[in-house]
Amino acid sequence: MTTTSISQEPNYNFDIVKLFTIATLFWGIVGFLVGIVIALQLAFPDLNIEPYLNFGRLRPVHTSAVIFAFGGNALFATSYYIVQRTCGVRLWSDKLASFTFWGYQLFIVMAALGYVLGVNQSKEYAEPEWFVDIWLTIVWVAYLLVFMMTVSKRKEPHLYVANWFFIAFIITVAVLHLGNNISIPVDLFGAKSYSAFSGVQSAMIQWWYGHNAVGFFLTAGFLGMMYYFVPKQANRPIYSYRLSIVHFWSLIFIYIWAGPHHLHYTALPEWAQILGMTFSIMLWMPSWGGMINGVMTLSGAWHKLREDPILQFMIIALAFYGMATFEGPLMAIRSVNALSHYTDWTIGHVHAGALGWNGFITFGALYYMVPKLWGRKAMYSTKLISVHLWVATIGIVFYITAMWVSGIMQGLMWRAYDDMGFLEYSFVESVMAMKPFYLIRAAGGILFFAGALIMIYNVWRTIRGDVNEKEQNSKTQGVVA
Amino acid sequence: MSLLDKHKVIERRSFLLLGLTIVVILIGGLVEIVPLFRSETVIEPVEGVRPYTPLELAGQNIYIRENCVVCHSQQIRPLRDEVVRYGHYSLAAESMYDHPFLWGSKRTGPDLARVGGKYSDEWHVGHLIEPRDLVPESIMPSYGFLMKKGARLHDLDKHLKTLRLIGVPYTDEMIENAVKDATVQAVGEERGDIDGLVARYGERVNARDFDGQPDLVSEMDALIAYLQVLGTFVDFKAAKNVEEGAQ
Repeated sequence: MTTTSISQEPNYNFDIVKLFTIATLFWGIVGFLVGIVIALQLAFPDLNIEPYLNFGRLRPVHTSAVIFAFGGNALFATSYYIVQRTCGVRLWSDKLASFTFWGYQLFIVMAALGYVLGVNQSKEYAEPEWFVDIWLTIVWVAYLLVFMMTVSKRKEPHLYVANWFFIAFIITVAVLHLGNNISIPVDLFGAKSYSAFSGVQSAMIQWWYGHNAVGFFLTAGFLGMMYYFVPKQANRPIYSYRLSIVHFWSLIFIYIWAGPHHLHYTALPEWAQILGMTFSIMLWMPSWGGMINGVMTLSGAWHKLREDPILQFMIIALAFYGMATFEGPLMAIRSVNALSHYTDWTIGHVHAGALGWNGFITFGALYYMVPKLWGRKAMYSTKLISVHLWVATIGIVFYITAMWVSGIMQGLMWRAYDDMGFLEYSFVESVMAMKPFYLIRAAGGILFFAGALIMIYNVWRTIRGDVNEKEQNSKTQGVVA
Repeated sequence: MSLLDKHKVIERRSFLLLGLTIVVILIGGLVEIVPLFRSETVIEPVEGVRPYTPLELAGQNIYIRENCVVCHSQQIRPLRDEVVRYGHYSLAAESMYDHPFLWGSKRTGPDLARVGGKYSDEWHVGHLIEPRDLVPESIMPSYGFLMKKGARLHDLDKHLKTLRLIGVPYTDEMIENAVKDATVQAVGEERGDIDGLVARYGERVNARDFDGQPDLVSEMDALIAYLQVLGTFVDFKAAKNVEEGAQ
């Protein structure tokens, strides 16, 4: 029985995975580029073009493009790939799967056009207005349906751990999205709505959503990728099955409490702030449990890390994940947060996670999938993967160190006193002090973007079916020698 | 570790896994969010806090549309330097009519929770048109287009009605007179009859031509009307427990 199911590969729906893969790369380029533009606007305000291309309107274009467009399409692509591979069945309903693709792209376009034209509800990472929210809900329900129906007709009795994380990601994002976007439109034929919640309640619900957009969209979903692609690329089973179980349940249970650390010292009741801080610190453990489970998967295969840049992408991603999930609990401590909140340190922290963890695990996963999806032996150039890796890594280091320095400097300047006990610096003096760091940050972003362009070229040559003769020759020579 | 062995039961039933996940993720959210809706324990009632006038609301909607919140917070923390720099720390009641809250999370520019009355209308007009004319080192974008664009006033009654549905205490009279009140507030005493506006929103309401263009109720008028009222509802000088060092 089992031998037949292994020898006969089912007729997988890889067309949909290909579409999402291309969309991931496309939106990645858009998102990174807008990021560079708004980074430069902070250094050179003349780059703002009122009203449509002012910083305030472009900033959500950047965040939505990288989180929901680049990250979201990557999650669709990899979850559809993994669920088919690990369940041994074709994706349920081609039509509905195809609807999730076009429906999701429409959501992205509607959201981004809205921001630029001034349709935006000023809720961070939940900026789209009510009608776009409803559309996303429809698409998301279709996604849940496709995923769960595929899972439920699986050949394999046991559901692989990557799929647990995808299930948690899909359902929790649905709950968060619905909870946070309860609002009443002023007019059924108008874009404007008012959030049902105000003040303190609105703040708590927004950061319950906001922090768990990080926790479930950018963490649980991407851990799903990690749990499949790291063992595959290393050709080793996952380090610890038991750790996977503990990691999964503790991560999803604890994450949801951490939101109030975005609201330290505000008008939110102190008990909620303390709960948020406590759970944020506890969150360090499951986060590192996941990192350890991923990195230790390489035990006995460490030598592969030396020559395989795809594996390097994945392991550096886990290193950044470990770093960001250590930094996060630190920043959630009230006395640290008193300094770090409202500063660039937060921006640096987010990008350590977004560029390092989400970006790199996605790049690694795509480099793994692309040759398989298009029926090629390997990526066109392994060397270019390596170049991408180092260019992007240097970019991230520029980015996060610049933001550490500027963020801590801001925090210290705001609370500095002179001998007389007066504030030493006016606000604008702190703005002036930021400029060099904003430039270094932009340079880091440009490097990261350049890396992505190298990837696009490499993927394009791979899809075309080109064979890199130089690299092929040197490989054979190496064997001969 | 027999408990972990039992986990196989869940791994073999995908819908059980889905159901348990929902239960596990709901706990934290419910514990933190539900108690906040017993608002008497969360928001101390404070004298002076009132719903926004229609013109201020139109201004807030411009503030929301332009996403000012990504660079300007409206939440002063009870830390010494913030109280010295920006004024009394923010009270829960002061944002109780903000749908949604606009506390922000980043200060690329300064906090605006108490910016009302700190600068003149002329300063705001000049600063919004070209920030660097007044603060040479500023990195804020220009918002000159607000001068030319008429504020959206004609459906403000619908806006008030919507907000009343979700708990903002607008009266029938306020809703009926929304459009008129907005126009009158942007015209001022000399050219309009502000008695109704004052009766509905109180003595301290700012009614004047904010942008210096008497013939147009512009978006600039609305935005400045909003900015000038921020943080001014509560009279902290009159309150007993003013912090030492507060402005």
